[in-house]
Amino acid sequence: MNDARILDRPAALDVAAIRAQFPILREQVRGKPLVFLDSAASAQKPRAVIEAMVHAMEHQYANIHRGLHWMSERTTEAYEAARDAAQALLGAKEREEIVFVRNTTEGINLLAHSYGRAVLKPGDAVLISAMEHHSNIVPWQMLRDSHGIELRIAPVTDAGELDMEAFATLLDDGRVKLVAITHMSNVLGTYTPVERIVALAHEAGAKVMLDGSQAVVHRKVDVQALGCDFYVFTGHKLYGPTGIGVLWGRRELLEAMPPFLGGGDMISTVSFERSEWAKVPHKFEAGTPAILEGVGLKAAIDWTVALGWDRVAAHEQALTDHALARLSEIEGVRVLGQAQDRGGVVSFTLDGVHAHDVATILDRQGIAVRAGQHCAEPLMRRFGLDSTARASFAAYTTMAEIDYLAEQLARVRAFFR
Amino acid sequence: MCLSMTDPFVQPQEDTAASAMAALAEEFAFFDDWMDRYGMVIDWGRKLPPYPAEWQDAAHKVEGCQSQVWLASELRDGRLYLAAASDAAIVAGLVAMLLRIYSGRRPDEVLAADAARFLKELDLIGNLSANRGNGIAAMVARIRALAARAAAEAL
Repeated sequence: MNDARILDRPAALDVAAIRAQFPILREQVRGKPLVFLDSAASAQKPRAVIEAMVHAMEHQYANIHRGLHWMSERTTEAYEAARDAAQALLGAKEREEIVFVRNTTEGINLLAHSYGRAVLKPGDAVLISAMEHHSNIVPWQMLRDSHGIELRIAPVTDAGELDMEAFATLLDDGRVKLVAITHMSNVLGTYTPVERIVALAHEAGAKVMLDGSQAVVHRKVDVQALGCDFYVFTGHKLYGPTGIGVLWGRRELLEAMPPFLGGGDMISTVSFERSEWAKVPHKFEAGTPAILEGVGLKAAIDWTVALGWDRVAAHEQALTDHALARLSEIEGVRVLGQAQDRGGVVSFTLDGVHAHDVATILDRQGIAVRAGQHCAEPLMRRFGLDSTARASFAAYTTMAEIDYLAEQLARVRAFFR
Repeated sequence: MCLSMTDPFVQPQEDTAASAMAALAEEFAFFDDWMDRYGMVIDWGRKLPPYPAEWQDAAHKVEGCQSQVWLASELRDGRLYLAAASDAAIVAGLVAMLLRIYSGRRPDEVLAADAARFLKELDLIGNLSANRGNGIAAMVARIRALAARAAAEAL
């Protein structure tokens, strides 16, 4: 194993110390040290998250919210602490505004199903953008087809940024009642100008939902400062477990929404004639939730916040700048998008070589990148591409790993020449 | 009669599917280095007969997540002949391996040969049941379905 590859250059974030907390980063794949550049798909887990979940299973576990016994009370406290952590993470006004869901996809489906059917009327429009993940396209298509709303798409410029002029025009007739848009593209790395989006949308009488799956990992998010109405993210990209995510919404909006799923834990009274819903957020949380995953999410949020957002942002900015510089040195490499404000996701093509081939060869060198359409087929078509390779970065990513990626890409280039 | 120079269907090089797999395994074992191995696989893909552009349509497309694969078939004298292409070089090579194993065989022989397991044993593909990555699993399933239909029609 080549130590030079895992030792970081001097940076504000102590990356070597961070890496020591991720057991999986010591793994070898195919006889090579793992170079994990697929964190935008799902991040690896620090020991703090792993141990919190193991500790719960070994010492403190029962079903929550109902048992009048010690174990249930302690477990309920541990689980509900995740709600407090998520409230603090997002800067939400109240803890009751945090609704636990399985992931971002479920959060958006909840919103489309509940807010979409109860508040939106047939003929109202929902505005998304051309750089959405399928999870922020398909639920709205389903709502369009079942409920008669109109689905509008704000275009993306050649630079990979939201076309704000067209965005404003699409709001002009006042029929858009909800703007559902990514905070950071999972393909281009572009951050959307949220403050302007919110200002324009609110002026036009529309609420704003942000898909924060990517952004929440890389930046301090303050929903009150951003001014949005809903924010959705998933735990597993934030160094936490799979199976838990958060839908935040303003209390008055959540209260106006009917439940999505019916069952236990979401009701106050039940008879065969009728049931009454529990208060928010519990009316949206039917059934036994992901208890252990909640415990893991709390640990993940604490761990990430302790890194310091400024240092996280600076580290990932440096990684991204370095990656863009190194990739630009390789003949035939084209990076998708040149947004001014971009985060640690770099999609690229290699002239004459399919992204699938790029990823397959890199995999043999121990490098994990994603290749394909990244669950964003319409965006791929927008740029006239079938697929790209994507390298994405996290707090544990090193400059040396990016150098290694560039070296191996140059090899791939030579190989296919 | 239709075996002209431009025939897009792959002619068998070996007598049986099993001997085709044995020959492929032997050629594969010639290299230790994975770059060399991929070089050879890619070369096999490049040597596939030209695949007609008009068959690069939805009806011939094999659904795969990351690369595009097209497959056409024809029954000649009770044997299943296959033509295929992919826009990714390594996948095209894997496709060429499948066609060397399966094309020009009787349907019962196609159904008896497990080319997917063979590619997995060479570590060229991952877990088939779960992998939607390269479309090879879907391609094998499509070829087996074609063989099953041909076998049923022959009864």
